[in-house]
Amino acid sequence: MAVIEVRDLVKEFSSHERRRRSGVVRAIDNVSLATEEGEYLVLLGPSGCGKTTLLRTIAGLEQPTSGDVLIDGDVVTGLPPRARSIAMVFQSYALYPHKTVLGNIVFPLRAHGMPADERVKRARKAAELLSIGHLLDRKPRQLSGGERQRVALARALVREPQVFLLDEPLSNLDAKLRASARDELKRFQDEIGTTTIYVTHDQVEAMGLGDRIAVLSHGTVRQVGHPVEVYDDPADTFVATFIGSPPMNLVPHDGMLVGFRPEHLLPAGAMPGSTDGQREVDLAVDRIEYLSGDRHLYGTVTTLGEPTRVVARLPATVGAPISAGETYQFAVAQQRLRFFDADTGLRREPAKV
Amino acid sequence: MADVAERTHEPGTPTARRKAGHRPQRRLADRDNALAWIFLMPSVVYIVALVAIPFFLAVGFALSDVTSGDPSFDFVGFRNFEAIFHDPVFWRSLRNTFVFTAVSMVLIVVLGKVLANILIADFRGKWFVRFLVLLPWTTPATLSAISWLWMLDSIYSPVDWVFRKIGILDDLIVIFSDRQNPGPGENMYWLGEPGLAMASVIIVHVWRLTPLAAVIMMAGLVAIPKDLEEAARVDGAGYWRRMFEVTIPMTMPVIAVAALFGAIFTFTDMAVVDVLTNGGPNNATQVLTSWAFFRGIDGGDVGQGAAIALFLFPLLLAAAIAVLRAVRRMELR
Repeated sequence: MAVIEVRDLVKEFSSHERRRRSGVVRAIDNVSLATEEGEYLVLLGPSGCGKTTLLRTIAGLEQPTSGDVLIDGDVVTGLPPRARSIAMVFQSYALYPHKTVLGNIVFPLRAHGMPADERVKRARKAAELLSIGHLLDRKPRQLSGGERQRVALARALVREPQVFLLDEPLSNLDAKLRASARDELKRFQDEIGTTTIYVTHDQVEAMGLGDRIAVLSHGTVRQVGHPVEVYDDPADTFVATFIGSPPMNLVPHDGMLVGFRPEHLLPAGAMPGSTDGQREVDLAVDRIEYLSGDRHLYGTVTTLGEPTRVVARLPATVGAPISAGETYQFAVAQQRLRFFDADTGLRREPAKV
Repeated sequence: MADVAERTHEPGTPTARRKAGHRPQRRLADRDNALAWIFLMPSVVYIVALVAIPFFLAVGFALSDVTSGDPSFDFVGFRNFEAIFHDPVFWRSLRNTFVFTAVSMVLIVVLGKVLANILIADFRGKWFVRFLVLLPWTTPATLSAISWLWMLDSIYSPVDWVFRKIGILDDLIVIFSDRQNPGPGENMYWLGEPGLAMASVIIVHVWRLTPLAAVIMMAGLVAIPKDLEEAARVDGAGYWRRMFEVTIPMTMPVIAVAALFGAIFTFTDMAVVDVLTNGGPNNATQVLTSWAFFRGIDGGDVGQGAAIALFLFPLLLAAAIAVLRAVRRMELR
């Protein structure tokens, strides 16, 4: 177990390295971030936000332009990957296609000069842990996607590294397998308790797996926090709209943006509790979607700042009859409203609306 | 009748077009069988006229007494083969061919791999290095061989001059020739000493063919997913382990192809031998191709020349089958 830390990390790609039209691309822009011992930290962001570059820099596959990477307080910037006691699972799994499953799993041990009998014993143990013990003589191409992913995990954990780096390990699996693999991944990490940094663009994975989530955009960290925090208390409008499906509604009002989650916009009659803490709005519904029991209402709120298109998510327990083309009285609990500066997009203190 | 039939159609494109006089029909471009024949014909003609006919002509000549002086065809059975089997120069050529091919092939593959690594490397001015690497392959064989003829000249050799300036020429002469006490002004005589002549021929040939092998292997190296190399680095493998356990096993099929090309081009080449040494000194660099040429064309004994040349065929066939089989086995693995 170890603590990973990056300090003031900057990574620039010049057009010489990446074929862009001009100049320098800043993939990581002054990022400082630290994990806790044994923590599951998820780097979440849209593609191109720098999350994979950050992971690769921590692994030592990329050298930062400036800033430092620390493992357990030791600066490892400039050290090659093999000196960092890390294990990485690649998005493609990067299994050696010419080696058997066993050959793949023992490869890191051989690279570290472990005696033959010892490393086979360790490899078998790792394979049993991931229940791929019966596949040891197969070649990677004879395995299914899920089995390949487990081989990649076994190859990563067999070294008992201080840190796991996982780069979108579930994105190559089909949707059904992904859910069960996510569950397994979580149980597996709970068991071995190794500090893990997990990169994904999928907020469901991030919410489900992460002890904490770091939301990245354009090479900067927008917010770090527990899943509940980034969901309920987004630091800015990027986090507010990137997380949540459908995303948070933002209504312009007097130089600020008033935000509320779709599930908090409910018919006025269906609101729990008394009416004092509520902000009533008019919602002109123009479309209704039925999604696994919930109703998603697309419409325009008027009476709360400028008229804005919003989404409301009515749980199955709210039975109020709604039909498209009508206007209804809806309400949001005051405590559910979030306020952002219209120019910077940053959170600001609550206001009376 | 036609009008009635057409009126029952919707007013759409097919009917409208038919009225305008454009009946939809199968054109030549739609007839796959005809097209196949038309497109294949040039290559069929080429193979028959320039490969099959010469090959069977060679087989025929090898069994005949045709000479340039007496082109009449008389069947003589295996008399030409008996004659060449009793000729020590033939056996010498055969042995030389194998030495020439084996050593060249190994060097071409090893140096090709090194050059391929340079070709895929990313650095400032790589276009210039790539240009230089490929230059030997783009130069006509005879032209470059003539340049080498001067480079290795017995009196004016710049190579010897460099070694003399460095001060190691005398040592090299002692090591690589039979002369133990070289006098002042004595040179290596690259093309005059039997061992050195063979080495020179091999060096020039390797110099010429390595770029081709490098480009073939570069294609193989580029095809390796970058992830694999990186995974091996994270797994703690150093440069040599990555090379021997990841890169080389994964490029084995292309290495085999490069080796096959190297072997075939060496086996069948006579430009370098012909220009540099003309088979000499004393047949020390005589190979099957050059010997067949001397016998069949220069010497005029077409029958014997054809018989010697035919020896290339089963050997090349065996080499090709062996390498292709190795490639297939590796793919199945």
